[in-house]
Amino acid sequence: MKKIKYSLRSSSFVRMLRTNPLFAIGVAICAAWLVVMVFADLIAPCDPLLQDMAVRLQPPSAQHWFGTDSLGRDIFSRVLVGSRISIGAGIQCILIAAVVGMLIGGLSGYVGGILDDIIMRIGELFTSFPSIILAMVIASAMGASLFNTLLTMCIVWWPNYARVMRAMVIQVKSNEYVEASRSLGASRLRIFFKEILPNSIGSIIVLATVDFGNAILLFASLSYMGLGSPPPAPEWGAMVSNGAEQFSYWWVATFPGLAILSVSLGANFIGDGVRDYLDPKLRKTIS
Amino acid sequence: MSRQAAEQAAAGTQRPEEQKWMQVSGLKKYFPAAGSTIFNRRYVKAVDDVSFDIRQGETLGLVGESGCGKSTLGRTLIRLYQPTAGEILFDGKDLGSLGGREMKDMRRRMQFIFQDPSASLNPRKTVRDILMEPYRIHNVGTEKEREERARFLMDRVGLESYYFSRYPHEMSGGQKQRVGIARALALRPELIVCDEAVSALDVSIQAQVINLLEELQEEFSLTYLFISHNLSIVHHISDRVAVMYLGKIVEIGPHDAIYERPAHPYSQALIAAIPSGDRREDRERILLTGDVPSPVNPPAGCRFHTRCQRCGAICRQETPPLREVEKDHFAACHFVGGSAAADPEQQITASAEK
Repeated sequence: MKKIKYSLRSSSFVRMLRTNPLFAIGVAICAAWLVVMVFADLIAPCDPLLQDMAVRLQPPSAQHWFGTDSLGRDIFSRVLVGSRISIGAGIQCILIAAVVGMLIGGLSGYVGGILDDIIMRIGELFTSFPSIILAMVIASAMGASLFNTLLTMCIVWWPNYARVMRAMVIQVKSNEYVEASRSLGASRLRIFFKEILPNSIGSIIVLATVDFGNAILLFASLSYMGLGSPPPAPEWGAMVSNGAEQFSYWWVATFPGLAILSVSLGANFIGDGVRDYLDPKLRKTIS
Repeated sequence: MSRQAAEQAAAGTQRPEEQKWMQVSGLKKYFPAAGSTIFNRRYVKAVDDVSFDIRQGETLGLVGESGCGKSTLGRTLIRLYQPTAGEILFDGKDLGSLGGREMKDMRRRMQFIFQDPSASLNPRKTVRDILMEPYRIHNVGTEKEREERARFLMDRVGLESYYFSRYPHEMSGGQKQRVGIARALALRPELIVCDEAVSALDVSIQAQVINLLEELQEEFSLTYLFISHNLSIVHHISDRVAVMYLGKIVEIGPHDAIYERPAHPYSQALIAAIPSGDRREDRERILLTGDVPSPVNPPAGCRFHTRCQRCGAICRQETPPLREVEKDHFAACHFVGGSAAADPEQQITASAEK
């Protein structure tokens, strides 16, 4: 293994799995959840919506692995099926917020001047409110639906990405290689996407993976207040808040909580790995 | 001296306009100073009313202290900075007024070599991508042809082909600078501005890179503007030398004239400061006192008058123009050339004073 020289890009993924154990763990966790998301219906032993008051608040047993909640629903099945809503919402929210924030922040930092001031003041307007309250206001103004909730979360979240991106771009754009590209005749757009973006995207990716858990939680809080997915649907955040009311029945909140934890942990590990991969200086090389 | 410059010098009887390949007149570049407000606009006058010309095929050395505006001048010259005022005539076109598309075409003809080879290469790109980028920007050839050209460039600047897929951080400073030179050469420019191109390198590597630059000049008939604070290197490589002080060119002329008969008191002090290899040579050192004044608020009259030993009343009031001292050799001092020149006797005594 030591002497083999990898030159193909496809094999660098394999190499990363080998050299970076945390990345491998992250990939394993996220891959497992991906499988669960796709095949949730087949794996789940019970109907996640089926209520059976006879077995309400049962502790974990051979029949109900994660126990049952206050309406007698099988928590294991709900956690599995709920992955679709929760992980899906988290991914969409973070992706949209990161891309939008990155472009706006990049523009702000790259162009500078008055435009920079205006964009940053607007961003501060959004961040000056607690995100949950702002999200509630926007969501209730636009009406409660899954799409609106996602949109709301993006509106609340983009300034974080814009600020990080702006700071990175301002730092990166003063580098001489940006000037070199300009002296070669590259257009501003090309300089932004070819020189500046690749050198500033690392922090965004790390921030996005760290935020992934937060996004699931914010979505959960909104769902809890009836602004996200409607109540009967299995959704991790709503399940956790539901369980928090019945604290003596520890399993109700613990298992969806562990699900959130494992997903955000996996995302964090992958984020760190990708960041290292994008930066050739941090990339581990086999010689 | 390159072949073309030599030919031009031989045919020196021709009309002087024909030599003026690149003509800079009244060039200014001001940056907003820190603490500048709408009510109190203040500027760093990095380049202030500079006029000179560059002749095709020559190497023009540009020397001066740190912060005197050398780099700014070099960057404004190829419009990495938009000039505040003035004209840069290149091949009959004013660079300052060219539109985007025209300027993009013009950029193929003039390139820049940066001081810090580490900072001037994108750390996320391999040497291959760095060298193919110029062709991609200008849409030259197919990917395969671009790669061939990039390999040719590598060969020309003396880099082994196995560096092709390396990242900049895997190479030494000298190798990185070779990549920077190769990139500058990619579009076959006519003018290359070398901004302290060897200053960041080890002394042994400096000589190699200087030799490489000279070889390439011969091969691709390049014209260099060679910016450096290293007077010995400038002496070695230049055909003509310009001396800058606080945003202005104070003296310009053939390198022999500048090094042997510097006319401006500042140039005299600079030249006297070159360390000599010969210990027996007993030279007069000229020690300048005081600091360089701030370019935000430069002294009135001659900018050098605060530190000049020869300073007279006129120096505090009037800015001296560049006057011809001898053929092709100009200096901006009230006491040299022209009618206001003091007698040579005074010059000698002045420079001999400590």
